[in-house]
Amino acid sequence: MVERRANGGVWRRFVSVPNDRLPKALTVVGFVCFVCSLLVATSSVLLRPRQLANRAAERARLIGEILGDVPGLEELTQGLGSIRIETRLVDLESGGFVEGGEPGAFDARTAAEDPARSRAVPPERDLADLGRVAREAIVHIVFDGERVQLVILPVYGQGFVSTIYGYLALDGDLNTIRALVFYEHAETPGLGSMIEDRRWLAQWRGKLVRDAQGEVRIGVAPGPVAAGTPGAVHAVDGLTGATYTAEGVTSLLRFWLGEDGFGPFVKRLATNGGDG
Amino acid sequence: MKHLDLFVQAAFVQNLALSFFLGMCMFLAVSKRMGTALGFGLAVLVVQTITVPVNHLIHSYLLREGALAWAGLPDTDLSFLGLVTYIGVIAALVQVLEMVLDRFFPALHAALGIYLPLLTVNCAVLGGSLFMVQRDYDLTESVVFGFASGLGWLIAIMLLAGIRERLRFADPPAGLRGLGLTFLVVGLVSMGFMAFAGLELG
Amino acid sequence: MTTAKRAILLAPLVDRNPITLHVLGICSALAVTKSVTTALVMSVAVTVVLVLSNTLISAIRGFIAHSVRLIVQITIIASLVIVVDQLLQAYAYEESKQLSVFVGLIVTNCIVLGRAESFAMNRPPLESALDGLGNGLGYSLVLIAVGSVRELFGTGSLLGVQVLPLASEGGWYEPMRLMSNAPSAFFLIAALIWGMRSALPDQAEPREADSPTEKAQR
Repeated sequence: MVERRANGGVWRRFVSVPNDRLPKALTVVGFVCFVCSLLVATSSVLLRPRQLANRAAERARLIGEILGDVPGLEELTQGLGSIRIETRLVDLESGGFVEGGEPGAFDARTAAEDPARSRAVPPERDLADLGRVAREAIVHIVFDGERVQLVILPVYGQGFVSTIYGYLALDGDLNTIRALVFYEHAETPGLGSMIEDRRWLAQWRGKLVRDAQGEVRIGVAPGPVAAGTPGAVHAVDGLTGATYTAEGVTSLLRFWLGEDGFGPFVKRLATNGGDG
Repeated sequence: MKHLDLFVQAAFVQNLALSFFLGMCMFLAVSKRMGTALGFGLAVLVVQTITVPVNHLIHSYLLREGALAWAGLPDTDLSFLGLVTYIGVIAALVQVLEMVLDRFFPALHAALGIYLPLLTVNCAVLGGSLFMVQRDYDLTESVVFGFASGLGWLIAIMLLAGIRERLRFADPPAGLRGLGLTFLVVGLVSMGFMAFAGLELG
Repeated sequence: MTTAKRAILLAPLVDRNPITLHVLGICSALAVTKSVTTALVMSVAVTVVLVLSNTLISAIRGFIAHSVRLIVQITIIASLVIVVDQLLQAYAYEESKQLSVFVGLIVTNCIVLGRAESFAMNRPPLESALDGLGNGLGYSLVLIAVGSVRELFGTGSLLGVQVLPLASEGGWYEPMRLMSNAPSAFFLIAALIWGMRSALPDQAEPREADSPTEKAQR
């Protein structure tokens, strides 16, 4: 009671002012804003590292899943010990490895928005509706000794209502698809989101990217694919009710496997092997 | 063409009220008479068409990671402030709308009365902005999406109001009367809207 | 706990359930109930926000100018939701991805704002906290009930554990695909309301007009 009375004067006067008086209202509102801002900013800053770690772990888990799909990889890794996975930074234009870069810290999305680290894609070549694309990209290569066993490429592009992000895994011949997974999108639940369906994704395995002339032919068919027809080896079944999402998938794959994407890298890898 | 499809998707297939259940509280409270439903729906339409693009601009140039590059702060990521900002914009806009209605359309203002401030906390309005952020729309797409989603909400609420006006004379079991029956009907209408999913244009 | 306080806590569970009686918080009750896990995470998030927002708003209720009270309440609620969202993204990443925008929509959850305006603005902090907890629990009950039915019959699993063996994987259960879609939530809540109002007849709504059968019988 004694303590209250000491500064009771100021506090009492503050409390007794009607709430609607402008100075008091502003003070109260200002105080609320200040406390809220402090709360929000502190929690965001403190929790950010953990959130980033979660996203990275999610990414790693997906890659682990793709790798898990490779039959015999488990045994090989345990048995031979010559299997190793390398994450490398690649210059998209030349197709060569970038030495000394920090692949672990690379973020394609931020790089694409930085004018210094990205380039604008001409509209007629912008199959995936990306606008700008980073000049570099990370790739994950599974080596068996010196031989390239598997290459994992991050791919993304415009879907129907959102940007679709995924990974494409190519066999050592750099033309056969081993696996395709999508880890982020906001397509229509139940329709476009079918691109996450395991059975549909399994169809991609064994499909060929390029035809005998070297043209990129891979894509999603408008309807069911009839086995045995000439184009069947380059296509998977379409998705009913999700035509635009499916077209988005085709576009983004063709972009990233083409000259503006990983095309030069794949060519160089085929000739030079792991030396890039 | 793409924008037309976005329009159809946002208004029908991904109808904010019937597929995502946004704005339901007010939906159920306001849709008893077609007149109020129309007025409220129009208010949502106007607010939605304006707030989604405005919030897009704020997100692109102020909040997004790297958005503040023009101010010399390329590493700042203020996206966590999104929620408070969007709702602030919505609240401000609703306030302006209220004043405009009061001045130029006093009859409408009297009819909508208490519902206008409720627009601020209508899930559909905030949801529209949040979806816009999540799906990375550009400015044109934001305008189309704002208009289409608002229109879809308006259509849904009008449909429901029309049905509920008839339901007043129905004779359901006591426990289903009113709210229960409304939910059943909304569920059926929602199923009907799912039929739009196979719709393709061009 | 005094009887009065216990009443504040327990009333919203059944008697004055925010969803089935007051028709509040419907949006999320329908959208996040595809599986029990998401329903559970959402329930916890909403309850935490409810308790904290009620307490904070009640604490400063004596100082807020009447004309700005709505925006002050929203600011506090929005800030709390942002914090909860950040926590979810940090500690429950998988679930937060499934909940996506709906965590943000807790800001406009009618229950949170409704209780703030009608209870927390007029009662002391401790009672407000209890009211928040009670309403949160009432909300959670409905969400988990609907979520359980939808997950069990829609996918044959509960909390991710396969309970009914799927026909597509050699079992006998052919999942009810309707349960994975929006309308099923409406039907289930309708059934829940019907059940509750049949058991507690004073919750039923009065007739609005003479029914055709009554008219015919006259």
